[in-house]
Amino acid sequence: MAKLTFVDVTLRDGNHTVRQQFSPDLVARVAAALDASGVAIIEVGHGDGLGGSSIHVGRTAAPEAELMRAVVSAVKKAKVAIFLIPGFGTMEDLQQAYDLGVTVARVASHCTEADITEQHIQLARKLNMLAVGYLISFGMAPPERIAEEAKKMESYGAQYINLADSQGYLVPHEVKNYVAAVRAAVNIPVGFHAHNNLGLAIGNSLAAVEAGAAYVDGSLKGFGGGAGNAQSETLIAALKRGAFPTDVDLFGILDASDILVEELGKYPDLTKVPMPTVDNDTIMMGYACVYGGYVLPIKRAAREYGCDPRRLVLRLGERKVVATQEDVVIEEARRLAGLA
Amino acid sequence: MAKLSVAILGSGNIGTDLMYKVRRSAQLDLQLVAGIDPASEGLALARSLGYKTCTDGIEGVLRNGKIQLVFDATSARSHLAHAPLLKNAGIIAIDLTPAAVGPGVIPVVNLQEHSKELNVNLVSCGAQATVPIVAAINSITPVQYAETVSTLASRSAGPGTRQNIDEFTRTTARGVRDVGRAKKSKSIIVLNPAEPPIIMRNTVYAVVDLPVDEKGVRDSVMAMAEKIKSYVPGYKITVEPFLDGDHFTTCIEVTGAGDYLPPYSGNLDIITAVAVNVAERYAETLS
Repeated sequence: MAKLTFVDVTLRDGNHTVRQQFSPDLVARVAAALDASGVAIIEVGHGDGLGGSSIHVGRTAAPEAELMRAVVSAVKKAKVAIFLIPGFGTMEDLQQAYDLGVTVARVASHCTEADITEQHIQLARKLNMLAVGYLISFGMAPPERIAEEAKKMESYGAQYINLADSQGYLVPHEVKNYVAAVRAAVNIPVGFHAHNNLGLAIGNSLAAVEAGAAYVDGSLKGFGGGAGNAQSETLIAALKRGAFPTDVDLFGILDASDILVEELGKYPDLTKVPMPTVDNDTIMMGYACVYGGYVLPIKRAAREYGCDPRRLVLRLGERKVVATQEDVVIEEARRLAGLA
Repeated sequence: MAKLSVAILGSGNIGTDLMYKVRRSAQLDLQLVAGIDPASEGLALARSLGYKTCTDGIEGVLRNGKIQLVFDATSARSHLAHAPLLKNAGIIAIDLTPAAVGPGVIPVVNLQEHSKELNVNLVSCGAQATVPIVAAINSITPVQYAETVSTLASRSAGPGTRQNIDEFTRTTARGVRDVGRAKKSKSIIVLNPAEPPIIMRNTVYAVVDLPVDEKGVRDSVMAMAEKIKSYVPGYKITVEPFLDGDHFTTCIEVTGAGDYLPPYSGNLDIITAVAVNVAERYAETLS
């Protein structure tokens, strides 16, 4: 079979794990190690992408431009990617990323809102970047709808569609159905991005690959929103076992993982942050289909307002919150605590 | 008091919702609803309510001869063409499109400054909901940075907004600085497709210098909300301003009046409600 393209998102989604505190030095060193291992695409930035640095979803420790510049100058072979959700990031931000040497634009929207990505995907194509249409939280809509939205992105010029199970909500047979539905609808490759809330990040990634996904996302140590992503090291080992070839060297990705840990050790504040883990809160988030980026706001709000985080997660699930509605977490916590 | 003779240009969702609000106004007399599509539902509704209509858009407005004020609910491109024609005819234009030919007005904050303008722009729905809050905080303590997040029901965000989403964030952020007087700003828009549709909500984060008069800020914001409620009845503070580190967080919900558009689309209702409020202020000035 054709080789899979491996995309490492540690330096973007993993920024959620450290409350957006990655430094230019850390991202440069980790990117160099990922590049050496043979990872094809390295994504960097705020956890919610370009323009994400905000009170609403967390301010980055360094300007996003510095993070991009550090990664671009650290890699020799890999392509550098940014993530961009229109509504946060703008075309101006995309132009700036391109000017800094970024060559892959993963333009994202909530899974039913693909039409907000048209101008940004078109700009990425005009700049001759690899333009990716990225559908967030695709488990929140049925496969037929996701196929329609993917088709829209294809019509704007997207060169592959990435499907993100942003809540770690889906189980393997569901992932297969979605990937098959999208593949049947578009003439471009399909990729998959897992979260581990129900302990299924690796299993779901393998299911996606079995169903024909050609791109797969992972992150070192599983760094990422919620319970984290598919752990790159584990995924590379599992893909090898399953005879799904990539260009990534197993020892190389293990080395990159060690370097991430070593680098984190230089920032005492960061090592106080819990590693991505499947705990009671993240299990509930996977179960109730609540976006992974909310895990720290949920823990904080539950603590501050003295409400049961499980009830808070269920309320958020009932309200069908989508990515980047962090303000609703506070509102619901205050409501549960009788303050609003 | 003589009523101000007005026309609505554009018979889409916004123009039609506006028609119901103008109908209730004691100070405005709707002379004409101007569209371009003879089959438009908005024009049919206008006729059924007994209003004059035309299907040649701006031409019909200029031909009428009696009209003193026009609500332009077409598109940015169309308004750029309409603006000089209206100006030459001495007709006041309230621009509900993103064209921004005239200054941006937020009634409770800066309408007074622009009362002599013949063309005013209503900025954006997000700005109408959030800028007054920034201004209210700024009246107590300088706002160093303000960030606004507007979450709309997917169904209430039309193709214009979707295809040009950068324009919304840019225009709103500019309003937060220019009218709200925050030194720096950022605006974010989120679309939520949940069914039943969510009511429009907004969050304002305002970074201030510490120490700060928390009660003063809260009182100022709540007083501002009362003023807005006088012309946008569905405007409601859901989380009163509270200090979190270096910033105040305030949450607002806007429920529409349900005139033509469903109540969840507070983002559209606030624009049509503001438009009528601005027109009524002109009516007071001119009479």
